[in-house]
Amino acid sequence: MANEADQIVNTEEAAVENEINAEAETTETAAETVIAENVETVTETAESTEENAVDAAYQVENYAKEAIEHESTLSEAQIKALSKKRISKGELKRQWILLAIGFIFVLYGLLFYYLPLGGWIMAFQNYKLKTGLFHSKFVGFDKFKFMFEFDVFEWGMETTGNFFKAMKIWIDKVVFVRAIRNTLGMGILNLATTFIMAIVFAILLNEVKNKLGKRLVQTISYLPHFLSWIIVCGIVHDSLSGTGIVNELLRLFHIVDDSYNFFAHPGWFWPIVAFANVWKETGWNAIIYLAAITAIDPSLYEAAEIDGAGRWGKIRYITLPSIAPTIVILLVMNLGNLLNCGFEVQYLLGNGLVQDVAQTIDIYVLNWGVGQMDYSLGTAAGIFKSVVAIILILIFNTVAKKLGQESLF
Amino acid sequence: MKMKKDDFALNYTNSHGGEKMSDEELKTIKRMARKNTRRMDGWGWAFVICNTIFLVLFTIVTLYPVWNTVAYSFNDGLDAIRGGIYLWPRKFSVESYSKVLNIQGFVVGAKITVLRTILGTLTSLVANALLAFVISRKRFLFRSSLSLFWVVTMYVNGGLIPVMLLYRYLHLTNTFWVYIIPGMISAFNVMVLRTYMEDLPDELEESAQLDGAGYITIFIKIISPLCKPVYATVALFVAVWQWNSWFDAMLYNRMKTEYTTLQYELMKLLNSVTQQSGSANGNNTTAAAKQVTPVSVRSAATVVTMVPIICIYPFLQRYFVTGLTIGGVKG
Repeated sequence: MANEADQIVNTEEAAVENEINAEAETTETAAETVIAENVETVTETAESTEENAVDAAYQVENYAKEAIEHESTLSEAQIKALSKKRISKGELKRQWILLAIGFIFVLYGLLFYYLPLGGWIMAFQNYKLKTGLFHSKFVGFDKFKFMFEFDVFEWGMETTGNFFKAMKIWIDKVVFVRAIRNTLGMGILNLATTFIMAIVFAILLNEVKNKLGKRLVQTISYLPHFLSWIIVCGIVHDSLSGTGIVNELLRLFHIVDDSYNFFAHPGWFWPIVAFANVWKETGWNAIIYLAAITAIDPSLYEAAEIDGAGRWGKIRYITLPSIAPTIVILLVMNLGNLLNCGFEVQYLLGNGLVQDVAQTIDIYVLNWGVGQMDYSLGTAAGIFKSVVAIILILIFNTVAKKLGQESLF
Repeated sequence: MKMKKDDFALNYTNSHGGEKMSDEELKTIKRMARKNTRRMDGWGWAFVICNTIFLVLFTIVTLYPVWNTVAYSFNDGLDAIRGGIYLWPRKFSVESYSKVLNIQGFVVGAKITVLRTILGTLTSLVANALLAFVISRKRFLFRSSLSLFWVVTMYVNGGLIPVMLLYRYLHLTNTFWVYIIPGMISAFNVMVLRTYMEDLPDELEESAQLDGAGYITIFIKIISPLCKPVYATVALFVAVWQWNSWFDAMLYNRMKTEYTTLQYELMKLLNSVTQQSGSANGNNTTAAAKQVTPVSVRSAATVVTMVPIICIYPFLQRYFVTGLTIGGVKG
């Protein structure tokens, strides 16, 4: 058995070499063709006894691996070429099913994820359902100009001569610019609060020595993540309403005499949204930090203890530096997603009185694209968001690489 | 109690590679541990106390609103309007629940939601697992390009309007299938599954191939049984997402009441109040007040909607912890 396999291996190796030679040389000697023929017959018989063939193929592969390991002088390109060669014909034959499945999924992906990108053309058209994508009139960047109303900014610059004042006028007067401000503002506020809370919660929970208590608190902390935004917003709304717990407490401590309507004051809207996010996601986001903390080598803590570090010292010098890579990579990922956080809460909690601070880009798309059926404008706003989001992701991915962390791709 | 002690001894020995500890040794360790606690200085105690207060407050803030909702739902409807119900119902009644179950849309929504959760989770799990299996085969020729193809979809998408028009064009809107087909594959879940599959030893696949197994056999008989934990994770993610979706029902099936979902129905109930409080100074408050659903009924509807998930998630903890750890750092 073993000898047979060895023989096959040898002949197969010869065949591979032959192929290479044949590619390189234009003329073949008769002897070589004879050998090649022999090899073919041998491989054919080997394939008829399938076990042997597979066996042989693997051994060839192993040899190739060993060869790569031993010859450190090989360049990377050569190694790549070698590893490509490693896929034998039998393996290729076996891979047809992978190819077929992969192909189906590519079709699916093209249809549902890549085809909509073609719809971006709508942003440069005056799209009408009647005329469709192919016969609607092209209008260039008109939709974007309508959205941004740059002339308002220019007018502001002319009248005030101050960039910041002009920006303020621009934000105050133009709905879409305000939507950008709201998206960024709430995105940053949410990110900062949820991020810090998750880390603090993870570190503090880790300091609990009582196993049962720790588990209980952690289990409860996950709970809000599993509730839908509908429920969370309902709960937040009820808690802050006239008969809600917050107003009850405020009355109890005589901070207010009559119930305070949080939803009628624009200044409260962003903090409420941030609180809703913190309430929903703190426990869930902490999971990953807790996992990172658990992975810290206990001997580090012991060493720190011997050096006289107290609880704070251990957190400051062991825990935080150890989970720093996790923190950085998650921060970078979340910064890339800055524009994506925030649609449901704003949609569900917003009302006419706080509209100016509640409308995000997504809601703008919804209002104009779905509500007013201006598909072109909705698409244009969506494109702006997508492009900015991709730029953000690329920037922060580069930052992550520079910082020496794993990149996202 | 005895079990606990043995468990501890076993764990300890397992992690330290030694033999099982005797009771005597265990006692010594425990005594030392107690001594350590006793030796804690003032700052240490202050820390423990502050920490405990913080975590207790955190737990209360998390739990109270949910508990309060349950308390309201079991209170008599008229009585509940006065407010002032905290931890227990003042006038116990289950009338609100029977009212909720009599709301036509709510019952239909419940059926559709259960159906989409089960069907959606199954199809999604199979599709994601298959794709992850293909991508994780180390010798697959188009492995890296296929992987990139799907990673891109995580970051680039067409946006709401083109997607909506596409679904309309494909006649997916106003059907049940809009809940199942478009969201079947999630690149994030695929990456979680892929990472897990890649960590399985290659020898498993190789030896199976030696026995003449094709890739399908390897997927079903070798890989899938080993992937049960990560399958559970992904199934949980998908199921929660399906159960909690409301936006697709609103956007694509607004006209089709027979395909409404639980969350969307709940939103309609709750929204009548949210909108009202914002425009409290309007003249139409009396008209709006008639439409407002009583607080107890709203609470009951909320409880009905959240109970299934609350009952399930504590038992699946270890699964989503692994899933998140894999997906969060490596994905």
